[in-house]
Amino acid sequence: MKDFSRFLSYFSRRPKEYVLGFGTMALSAALFLAMPRLVRHILESLEKDPSPRLIALSCAVILGLAAADSILFFFTRRILIGASRDVEFEMREDLFAHLLRLPPRWHRKSRVGDVMSRAVNDLSAVRMMIGPGIMQAANTIVVGTIAVTLMAFASPALTLVALAILPFVAVATQVMGKVTHRRFTAIQEFFSEISASAQENISGVRLVRAFAREATEERRFDAKNREFRKRNLGLARLNALYFPMLQALVGAGFAAVLWVGGRKILAGELTVPRYVEFNLYLMELVWPAIALGWVVNLWQRGSASWNRMAELWAAEPLAAESADGPLPGGTLEVKGLTFSYDDGPPVLRNVSLAVEPGTTVALVGRTGSGKSTLLNILLRLEEPPFGTIRLGGRDLRETPLPLLRRALVAVPQETFLFSDTLAANIAIGRPGAARAEIEHAALEAGLGPDLATFPKGLETIVGERGITLSGGQKQRTALARALLADAPFLVLDDAFSSVDTETEEKILEAVKARSGTRTVFLVSHRLSTIQHADVVIVLERGRVAETGTHEELLRAGGLYAELAERQRLSDEVEAA
Amino acid sequence: MAEQLAEDEAQGRGFDRGLLRRLFSLALPYRGYAGGALVVLFLESVAQLAGPLLTGAAIDLVFSPKAGPPEGGAAFVGRFLETLGLEPRGAPALDAIAGLYLLSVLATFGFMFLMVEWTSRMGQGVMFDLRTRIFGNLQRADVALYDRTPVGRLMTRLTTDVDALNELFTSGFVSLLGDLAVLGGIVAILYALDPTLATITLGVLIPMALVTNWFRKGARDTYRRVRVRIARVNSFLQEHLSGIAVVQLFRREEAAQGSFRTVNDDHRVANLDSIFYYAVFYPALDFLSALGMAAILWWGGGEVIQGTMTIGAVVTFLQYSKRFYRPLMDLSEKYNILQAAMASSERIFQLLDEAPTIAAPPSPAPVPRPLRGEIEFDHVRFGYKPDEEVLKGVSFRAEPGETIALVGATGSGKSTIVSLLLRFYDVTKGAVRVDGGDVRSFDPSAFRDGFGIVLQDTFLFTGTIAENVAFFDPAMPRETVERACFDVGLGPLLKRLPDGLDTKLTERGGGLSVGEKQLVSFARALARDPRILILDEATSSVDPETEAVIEKAVDRLLSGRTSVVVAHRLSTIVRADRILVLSHGEVRESGTHAELLAKGGLYARLYALQLKDREAAA
Repeated sequence: MKDFSRFLSYFSRRPKEYVLGFGTMALSAALFLAMPRLVRHILESLEKDPSPRLIALSCAVILGLAAADSILFFFTRRILIGASRDVEFEMREDLFAHLLRLPPRWHRKSRVGDVMSRAVNDLSAVRMMIGPGIMQAANTIVVGTIAVTLMAFASPALTLVALAILPFVAVATQVMGKVTHRRFTAIQEFFSEISASAQENISGVRLVRAFAREATEERRFDAKNREFRKRNLGLARLNALYFPMLQALVGAGFAAVLWVGGRKILAGELTVPRYVEFNLYLMELVWPAIALGWVVNLWQRGSASWNRMAELWAAEPLAAESADGPLPGGTLEVKGLTFSYDDGPPVLRNVSLAVEPGTTVALVGRTGSGKSTLLNILLRLEEPPFGTIRLGGRDLRETPLPLLRRALVAVPQETFLFSDTLAANIAIGRPGAARAEIEHAALEAGLGPDLATFPKGLETIVGERGITLSGGQKQRTALARALLADAPFLVLDDAFSSVDTETEEKILEAVKARSGTRTVFLVSHRLSTIQHADVVIVLERGRVAETGTHEELLRAGGLYAELAERQRLSDEVEAA
Repeated sequence: MAEQLAEDEAQGRGFDRGLLRRLFSLALPYRGYAGGALVVLFLESVAQLAGPLLTGAAIDLVFSPKAGPPEGGAAFVGRFLETLGLEPRGAPALDAIAGLYLLSVLATFGFMFLMVEWTSRMGQGVMFDLRTRIFGNLQRADVALYDRTPVGRLMTRLTTDVDALNELFTSGFVSLLGDLAVLGGIVAILYALDPTLATITLGVLIPMALVTNWFRKGARDTYRRVRVRIARVNSFLQEHLSGIAVVQLFRREEAAQGSFRTVNDDHRVANLDSIFYYAVFYPALDFLSALGMAAILWWGGGEVIQGTMTIGAVVTFLQYSKRFYRPLMDLSEKYNILQAAMASSERIFQLLDEAPTIAAPPSPAPVPRPLRGEIEFDHVRFGYKPDEEVLKGVSFRAEPGETIALVGATGSGKSTIVSLLLRFYDVTKGAVRVDGGDVRSFDPSAFRDGFGIVLQDTFLFTGTIAENVAFFDPAMPRETVERACFDVGLGPLLKRLPDGLDTKLTERGGGLSVGEKQLVSFARALARDPRILILDEATSSVDPETEAVIEKAVDRLLSGRTSVVVAHRLSTIVRADRILVLSHGEVRESGTHAELLAKGGLYARLYALQLKDREAAA
């Protein structure tokens, strides 16, 4: 198992629980296994000098033992399984905290579905291993040891006969386990295939209909369906063999004990009560022996899952930095910035620009020209090379991230709202903001008319468990969040694409009026938006192609003028 | 996740007889297996019950024989031995009894194997049938069903919901009867041996049943709570992983961690509650079984002293009492299986009961073969939702061999026209006619067979290029496939690929470029030599070289047949016989390129915009 020390640390945090849990388990097993001895006692007294009093007394003792055993086992379960739930809780919490601190780069590269499956399915498999897995393993060991010892006392020779089946059980479990695993994997693989092909059919439904291929598709599915049934039956046949076979092996053991034991009784080497006692021990061994295979399975799955989780742990989190200190500010200077994702071609080439505080900068260019990448680098969602960006004279890479995050606030292209109230979503911008401030931010972002139509105004829950907002409403909520933060830098990455032009105009005016010394970066396709900027920077294939004001660039008749003309036409067509 | 929650809530529903009957009707084709399983089940129960009887007989007949004729179980076994011509005493009897014991073990094994094998065949058969039916149903369901149902949910019906029925048919109802048979058999034997002691032993069953019922209810409630809470944990995780950028940009790590702790702890607490039920249940059963044992020893011991019972009989009682509670526990589990199966089957039946509205009329008109290729839209009105009209009275005609180009802004209704022409939906007013017949008068599948279509999203299936072009039609000759590929200009690509036409494509045509995928989808439409071609041009831009190849391919595709094109390419638009300019669900302008350009209206502006885009791409 990878990162075994971390795995162990969850157990070493709670030694008391485990000592206590195993202790009560051993004690309860000992009490439970004392009962056959009493049964023998009763039978012996029945044979020799029958005494109703003695029988009644022994029965009372059996009941007492059983009661004590039950109570102890209640605690065993509560303590050991409870501990496994605590460990699960801690592992999940640690994992989430770890994920929260992994760099944006890591999150960009990983798929949410994959991370989820590790944090959910794998964690659950690990929990099965440390909960029922550990408990059952310990139980098997304890019960097995005590029962075999007591059996040996009752009759060593019979014990050997009874244990003779153990190797067979072990081999059967091993072989069956392997074959089961192989067939199960084969089924899982085929399940993926049949699912994928059904999914393809469903996704391509229009095509199938348009080409009238329904019958062929049914035939193709039928072939897969048949194969799937065949593989499933293969596993089912194994199951049909497995448990009956274990049972038969155990039964054969009983038959052997009956025969050999019977001979001994006839020879006077064994008494009937001892024989019965022996049989009772043997019965208590059946379940632990069968459970062993199950436990091995749990451990195999659990450790494989732990290894998958350990891969998440292996990712390096961001260093913890203090959020205290003066906010970075002043001139933002980009010098010779060239950037590429991983080993890909450069997305930005030798970009240089300087932005004074209080300036509104518009980034313009075609799709893929590098606008969003540049903004993401300023936000340090992607790391710029050292020495290429300076903020207030300090290298951006050396500015503590928490401070930078306080100074730069963004409304990303794809807005993300949590399924919580609108107010809570906006308050993310500045925790602890007064209610009036949240309302003000919402109004500034142009949410006023929308709020009136929501059932509970700002307290309306949005998202998965609440109402669905339109694209424009989402964007304005994200903007309100950013405005509430009231940071010296505001980054708007195509943040108004779903807001109509008129509303956008109003919002921008409000933003500008409050700005003062705020520096605003915005990406937009709309001329009306870009006109508000003090400086327009035109990007073309990762390079700065033109810089100037809207009017200057229009007059220059270059790339910007062309883009503007295209936009004008497009607006006209859409308005028609 | 929301669906998950809703499904959890649906679990609590009560017993539905109609549903149950329908559920069992699924097993009808496999009644042979079911019957066979019941027979071997009965035999298996008998074999299983022989063990304790034989042990008791061994004690009474062989180990400590008393004077006088044997009683009870021992008498039964003794008579059995005598009929076999064996001495019911001493070593020979022991050999025989041990042999019988081994025989019963082997018989149990054989019967059990057969039972599991046959019930599995039944279960797998039922699932196979259901998957076939669901899939077949999906092939006929209205396209509108797919608009309103996410793919994932349909997949759940086909996979998870079907699987939930497996247990009911394999380990569910047959072994339910098996458990009842074992319980009944034990009760019968015990009463035959000693009615009083049998009554005392069965007395333990009452508290056992009560405890089991208490456990079942409590465990079910807590289980439901656990599921709801784990769903919350997961959706919290999912949400915060999806929105991790916002969390980090606004430095909400600590706060998110705090909220997560609450959700996570709720889940832990719910689990601890459920542990309580388990922690009480299993020890309580152990205790009750010990209680039964003590009662047997006490009362049975008394009878032995009085000479009314043998030690062997007491041991037989002890061994049977040990076998009580497994069937009892199983019974409570079966109830849960049944509930889960009912919830799943209800969802499955709901899907199966969905009758398509786009279907053949009772006596469909014969589809003309070959089609002439005449299309008419006659004052067509349509909306996906009743209150939102997408087409507001569209009329046009296409004569055989004509190419009609549909242009307009996004959302103007171009794609809807295509969907109505293929009868994916039915018009609300007006009519769509092909070769003079209303599309609603034909069998939809037979009708569509005369069409060729290229969708905007060049959807390719997992399989070889040849299979994709033939659309898995085994009857299509290889030459036709080759011809179509060469005609659309796939020749150079096929020559370059080592496996040529037999190159395997992964999901969605992975391994091919955007342009190549388009060409394959062209070949797919062309291979069928359709009389009517529908082309919804892709908007994604390709390099100029590929563009030239595609333009040529489009030319080849459109010539010699009636074509309706949702056009984005200037070359396609310009060569069309007629251009329909759509805006907000209405035909605003109609005519040839030259006519419309001269008019200086909406088309002229669209054209200018296209030119700009073309310059930008160059």
